[in-house]
Amino acid sequence: MSEKKTKRRDFLFTATTAVGAVGAAAVVWPMIDQMNPDASVKALASTEVDVSSLTPGNTLTVLWRGKPVFIRRRTQEEIDEARKVKMEDLIHPEKDEDRAKNPEWLVMLGVCTHLGCVPLNDKGDYNGWFCPCHGSHYDTSGRIRKGPAPWNMEVPKYEFVNANTIKIG
Amino acid sequence: MSDNDYRPKSKVGQWFNDRLPLLTLANHLTDYPTPKNLNYWWTFGGILTFCLITQIVTGLTLAMHYIAHADMAFESVEHIMRDVNYGWLIRYIHANGASMFFLAVYIHIFRSLFYGSYKSPREIIWILGIIIYLLMMAAAFMGYVLPWGQMSFWGATVITNLFSAIPLVGEGIVTWLWGGYSVDNPTLTRFFTLHYLIPFLILGLVVLHIWALHVPGNNNPVGIDIKKPSKDTVPFHPYIVIKDGFALLMFMIVFAFFVFYAPNILGHADNYIEANPMVTPAHIVPEWYLLPFYAILRSVPDKLLGVVAMLSAILILAVLPWLDTSKIRSAVFRPLYRQFYWILVADVLILGYVGAMPAEGLYLLIARVATAYYFLHFLVILPVLGFKEKTLPVPLSITEPVLGGSPNLAAARNKESKIE
Repeated sequence: MSEKKTKRRDFLFTATTAVGAVGAAAVVWPMIDQMNPDASVKALASTEVDVSSLTPGNTLTVLWRGKPVFIRRRTQEEIDEARKVKMEDLIHPEKDEDRAKNPEWLVMLGVCTHLGCVPLNDKGDYNGWFCPCHGSHYDTSGRIRKGPAPWNMEVPKYEFVNANTIKIG
Repeated sequence: MSDNDYRPKSKVGQWFNDRLPLLTLANHLTDYPTPKNLNYWWTFGGILTFCLITQIVTGLTLAMHYIAHADMAFESVEHIMRDVNYGWLIRYIHANGASMFFLAVYIHIFRSLFYGSYKSPREIIWILGIIIYLLMMAAAFMGYVLPWGQMSFWGATVITNLFSAIPLVGEGIVTWLWGGYSVDNPTLTRFFTLHYLIPFLILGLVVLHIWALHVPGNNNPVGIDIKKPSKDTVPFHPYIVIKDGFALLMFMIVFAFFVFYAPNILGHADNYIEANPMVTPAHIVPEWYLLPFYAILRSVPDKLLGVVAMLSAILILAVLPWLDTSKIRSAVFRPLYRQFYWILVADVLILGYVGAMPAEGLYLLIARVATAYYFLHFLVILPVLGFKEKTLPVPLSITEPVLGGSPNLAAARNKESKIE
């Protein structure tokens, strides 16, 4: 068989299909992207919390972007317990020093990394948090120690605006 | 009589039918030759059609009163229950109707499994059925979110979070599904939209499901190909219509029992507490009809693999016609398959039970064994059985074993010869 010659018609067919595909994609994308977080949701991206009333050994739970954030003022024992853990014992190795820059304050999303439930305070085998949904245990640094959750509880971006106020986000 | 021979009697009928052959279709549905040995397990197709229409009609009326907004949804459901005339009745029919729908679909699926209705030439009917089943689960899940109670909210959180198990893009997909950084108002409004849409998609697929069924015709308890029309068939109307109607009445008694005497027994009390994103209920369970898959999800200790196992458990059904290598359809003539079939039924019931229990200790162990067996059944037992099993002789027609007095061909022949 002789080699197939590219005809004018083939070229037109390919070009039309290509332009059509680009056009379809241009129409489909807005339909998909409209489901992403809108401007009003993004506008609520940061929140300021007064933590002056929080005493050591207590946790404040605030809502940020529709999710609970745990602000824990840790006791010295909790800090010591979190810092003496060996990295090789951790499922998701992270140093407590990196998770809590100011060791007294642990700020993290109160969302279990398994399927998104809110873990319970002062529960579980590691004196930290326990998720009642599928049994994940977290330590005093909010790191996953036992159970199906794959990661430690997430530390969001936050900063101390002054001694008594934390800005999350 | 063949579809092509049909001609309306009246002039007007002929005029209309030449332009849109609706009367030919009606005639086809009326005369449709049906195996005369269909038992009551075959009545669930009609029952399911009833369930779908019930859900659509009650759903439409509920939508006239429901408000899809995170601040008002919970209250509007209570408004339906207390203020709207017969609102309680319509909502209880709709909520229990979902359970009845699944009850019927599980019987329908297991009937297919027993009598080999998924086998050639009915693979497309079966696959359409599995797609309908998947859409039913999506519709039921989203519908459960709409009352915006605690189970609604946390069920939605847990199920949407399943997608976060996908490597790299998972988190992005979850945010996209939510329309925010958690389950919130944008999630509720889109779930309402999709919950409204899906039943009509199901309706379309049901038409295709029945269309595909009418090409080869019904399977039957003996599982053999039959000539249509013949001694082995009866016209759909009035024979099957009456039988389906009677079964439907029986089914409606069960339905009415739940609606009037135990309307909340299949639900969860936590869903009468308004959604609170700060507190997770102590024990999250899905609706009963999703429990076996929930048990499979929890039996795998790894997050991604758990999700993969759960989805595989459903999708494996779609390839069932090719996993089952046996040429014999009906379990009546497959002595070994018949036993494995009942073990599978027990296995799924056990999975459903442990799915409702906390995932720890003995329950977890049972869930793991049952999950392993579920996959073993489809991936190992069925393919091997087709080659190893010694099946019983299959009769040549439906009439034969009846007249011969035995489902066994040899025995029937023997008897016939003795009579002669």
